[in-house]
Amino acid sequence: MKHVVIIGNGIAGITAARHIRKNSDFNITVISAESEYFWSRTALMYIYMGHMKYEHTKPYEDWFWKKNRINLVHDYVKAIDTSSKKLLFDQNKPLSYDILILATGAQPNKFGWPGQDLKGVSGMVSLQDLKKIEDHTKNINRGVIIGGGLIGIELAEMLNSRNIPVSFLVRESQFWDNVLPQQEASMISRHIKQHHIDLRLKTELKEILSDDHGYVRAVVTGDGVEIPCQFVGLTAGVHPNIKLVKESTIETNRGILVNEFLETNIPDIYAIGDCAEHKHPPPGRAPVEQVWYTGRIMGETVAQTVSGNKTAYQPGPWFNSAKFFDIEYQTYGRVWNKLKENEAEFYWEHESEQLAMHFVFDKVSKTFLGINSFGIRLRHEFFDQWLKNSVSIDHVLKHLKEANFDPEFFKSYEEDIISAYKADYPDSKVSIKRKKVLGIF
Amino acid sequence: MSALQKTGMSIFITASVMLISVLFLNQYQLTEQAFMSAVSSDSELKMIARDLAPMKDKTYSFNVNFNKDIEHYLQSSNKEVKSRFSLTNKDINNVLTQFSEQGIKYSTEKISGALDGSEEGKFKVQKLKDYTSWMEGREYSDLASLEEHLKNTKNNINANVINEKGYGDHKIKALKLALTRQSSFGPITENTLLWLLLTIGLGVVGALMYILPKLGLLPGIKNDHIFHSPNSGRGWIGYMVGFLLIGFYVILYWFPEYMTSWMILVDPISLVLNGNEASQWFFYGFLYTLAIGVMGIRMIIKYRHSKYQMIRTYSVIFFQVAFAFLIPEILIRLNKPSMDLKNIWPLNYTFFFDYNIENLTQTGSIGLGMLMWGIILTLIGVPIITYFYGKRWYCSWVCGCGGLAETLGDPYRQLSDKSLKAWKIERWMIHSVLVFVVVMTFGTLYTYFTGSSEIIGISTYDFRSVYGFVIGAAFAGVVGVGFYPFMGSRVWCRFGCPLAAYLGIVQRFKSRFRITTNGAQCISCGNCSTYCEMGIDVRSYAQKGQNIVRASCVGCGVCSSVCPRGVLKLENKDPKGRFGEAILIGNEGVKMKT
Repeated sequence: MKHVVIIGNGIAGITAARHIRKNSDFNITVISAESEYFWSRTALMYIYMGHMKYEHTKPYEDWFWKKNRINLVHDYVKAIDTSSKKLLFDQNKPLSYDILILATGAQPNKFGWPGQDLKGVSGMVSLQDLKKIEDHTKNINRGVIIGGGLIGIELAEMLNSRNIPVSFLVRESQFWDNVLPQQEASMISRHIKQHHIDLRLKTELKEILSDDHGYVRAVVTGDGVEIPCQFVGLTAGVHPNIKLVKESTIETNRGILVNEFLETNIPDIYAIGDCAEHKHPPPGRAPVEQVWYTGRIMGETVAQTVSGNKTAYQPGPWFNSAKFFDIEYQTYGRVWNKLKENEAEFYWEHESEQLAMHFVFDKVSKTFLGINSFGIRLRHEFFDQWLKNSVSIDHVLKHLKEANFDPEFFKSYEEDIISAYKADYPDSKVSIKRKKVLGIF
Repeated sequence: MSALQKTGMSIFITASVMLISVLFLNQYQLTEQAFMSAVSSDSELKMIARDLAPMKDKTYSFNVNFNKDIEHYLQSSNKEVKSRFSLTNKDINNVLTQFSEQGIKYSTEKISGALDGSEEGKFKVQKLKDYTSWMEGREYSDLASLEEHLKNTKNNINANVINEKGYGDHKIKALKLALTRQSSFGPITENTLLWLLLTIGLGVVGALMYILPKLGLLPGIKNDHIFHSPNSGRGWIGYMVGFLLIGFYVILYWFPEYMTSWMILVDPISLVLNGNEASQWFFYGFLYTLAIGVMGIRMIIKYRHSKYQMIRTYSVIFFQVAFAFLIPEILIRLNKPSMDLKNIWPLNYTFFFDYNIENLTQTGSIGLGMLMWGIILTLIGVPIITYFYGKRWYCSWVCGCGGLAETLGDPYRQLSDKSLKAWKIERWMIHSVLVFVVVMTFGTLYTYFTGSSEIIGISTYDFRSVYGFVIGAAFAGVVGVGFYPFMGSRVWCRFGCPLAAYLGIVQRFKSRFRITTNGAQCISCGNCSTYCEMGIDVRSYAQKGQNIVRASCVGCGVCSSVCPRGVLKLENKDPKGRFGEAILIGNEGVKMKT
């Protein structure tokens, strides 16, 4: 019986393990240096804020793994010997594999800032980071967060929950405007300030200053302003964690290089999730995509291949979601931060500045290309179909109400949105469909 | 916490401490007046006045001593009753002498002359006649066999002497409560309104001062520090609250004589509403309604970004205030049978008890209407409404137990056990209670219609009293609310409520209700499972992209509210395809069931 070994117990590695178990009778071992059991990294912030305890973040009860014959090893892999197909551990005896799946995840970016390794400086990716943040944010006067992305805003919310004043240094001119269009980036920036975060836009980090004991005492911004603080969160993105494979014969670039079957250059070794870099990414997709969903999809895909059903990585239309303090965000299809040549847009924002929708479509053909939705929940299924079928923007607006996924009794805004759309595009013939159709199509 | 909130919390705690100390402030004196008000029947009054004469006009500072003395004097009276009225062996021998040595034909006539004509003798003769009527004409070969029969009869008669001539346990309980209530005097009686304001009034003010400033926070999910708090995170405050609640329920159900001061406290309100002095149940109902009201305001503020939660909370407050509290009290005032019209059998397990049926059938069209209403709700209302909306129409919108869980219990909802093991225990327990209540009710109805008090040798009355004690009081009350801070707000609803079991069976097998998951947006964070008060592992469905169809789901909608990615939605839709296939979308390369 083949022995499949998976390094990394995040969503990618665990999804692979579960699906290999469903589809084969192989021996399966999952190795993690971080935690004994699979836990949901996306819930890291909620542990700190006291919404949950660590045990609540485990999607499966502890008996699940034994019952499904998935061996768990809680140890650090020191090296991979690809010639003899062996893993060398920090503590355990070497382990042989027939198939190896690398799902080692990602690490916070550090750009060589002076002082980036001081005590009181931390990223926010792992359980170990959480412990560090917990230890270094006790009784402090201010925390500074470097880098305005999804992790940065989570960390801001975390510190805010403990009434720690936060200075949030963002290099861009609005929060996350390297991803979000100006309208939304500006709305979210205002929302951040509403939560009393000291949001400093167009501000870079120059260096982190130390006190006499090697602890953070202040940061200095690009324009020379010194902000006294006792904690610094580095959240300027993450990069694939390839430390382990760097020494091996496995080919890497930014991440571990894989083909469309998630195979590395070495036979029987695969890489999935945040650590993987696609040599030939699917059309319109980036070589490195570090989100929960792509990790899961790669896990599902590699499990097929490993279990004998060779399958290419083929994600459907792009989707993602996040929450910025109190504002939920969902996106389907592609809404780039700047319109592309062929694209037209329609943006609607509610006067509350908590709700917005941004539609992007083809200028000429009117084909719907993507949507950003803030504060209004939308049905994934509908947009997935619409994107695959290349429906028109009019079609999307006409059926927008059916695609609404807000809880019952919530106010609906479709009529507002459609009349605003018609004001922008008088030629459009969208009318509001009054009768609610319960079926999908 | 702002200064205002701190002040509010201090006021609330002070008011709570005062409410407890109220129990110790009054004194007790058994006056002529107290006797007259506590006991209605003249003959009883005479007897009790005689037996408790030593206590008369004596002042007691403590309720406990007062009740100890009542117990003492009534029991010594019982002792005397026993020695006077119990049949002795000598009595039996006297009876036997009435019969010849052999060829005996039993006749109750012969007993009359066997004992003397004193009060005791007459009682004994009457009892023997009653108990041996079935032996009339029976033949015995010798005196010994008759003697054996009579001795057994003697024991049966003697076992009931106390209930007939003295004070049985139930009577002592009732007397203690009535006498304590009527003998109480002191500050609470003199300045009732003032004390009402200083305790419950001030408590409400303090609570609101703590709650209302939360309006200053931006709307949105506010679960910060729930697991850090020593209250909501199963810490020392939680344990204290739990033990206080348990203590409260123990006193309420089994020792109401110790809470008479609380009844006095709410007399002014009771007098206005129903024209009578307050009972322990009035006090409980009043406090319960206030708790739902005040904590309901908290719930509305906490979830003011969610219209579903707001409307649902208005609904539970309305049904508690109007249906559970005001309407029944007003019905009493109008001299009509009082009933909580939304309390449905089998949660309302006494609905088919003989006294309730008699009460309803003997009070004209209103009573009959209520009887019909109750039967229709149980048999037709529950299945039909549950088919359309799921059990939430009742459990999280209407029900009083649910109302308390959704308001007072909300800070503890996350403490429910989500393990598979807990789910297994839950299914066994709740359905056992359902079976129990059905058997009990059929037994009761059997007794009502046939007059026979036994089914296959089991007394239907025993069934009732066991259910009332174990399920009605201990489970629903003591555990149901007292365990909020230990096991979450829905312990009763999840493990014990027979109506929830019934609604759940309908919801599971025949309903339009389900919680749908949104494509593949779930990130397995676990907020939904954590905040499910019913202990459903919502995430295990959401991360598979599977609809959540569970008997226990009360449809509170909090999973959907706390989901940071907009994955969950409570929906009533065509039952076809309700269970759905567990499919996550977003992966074009692999089409498989997860």
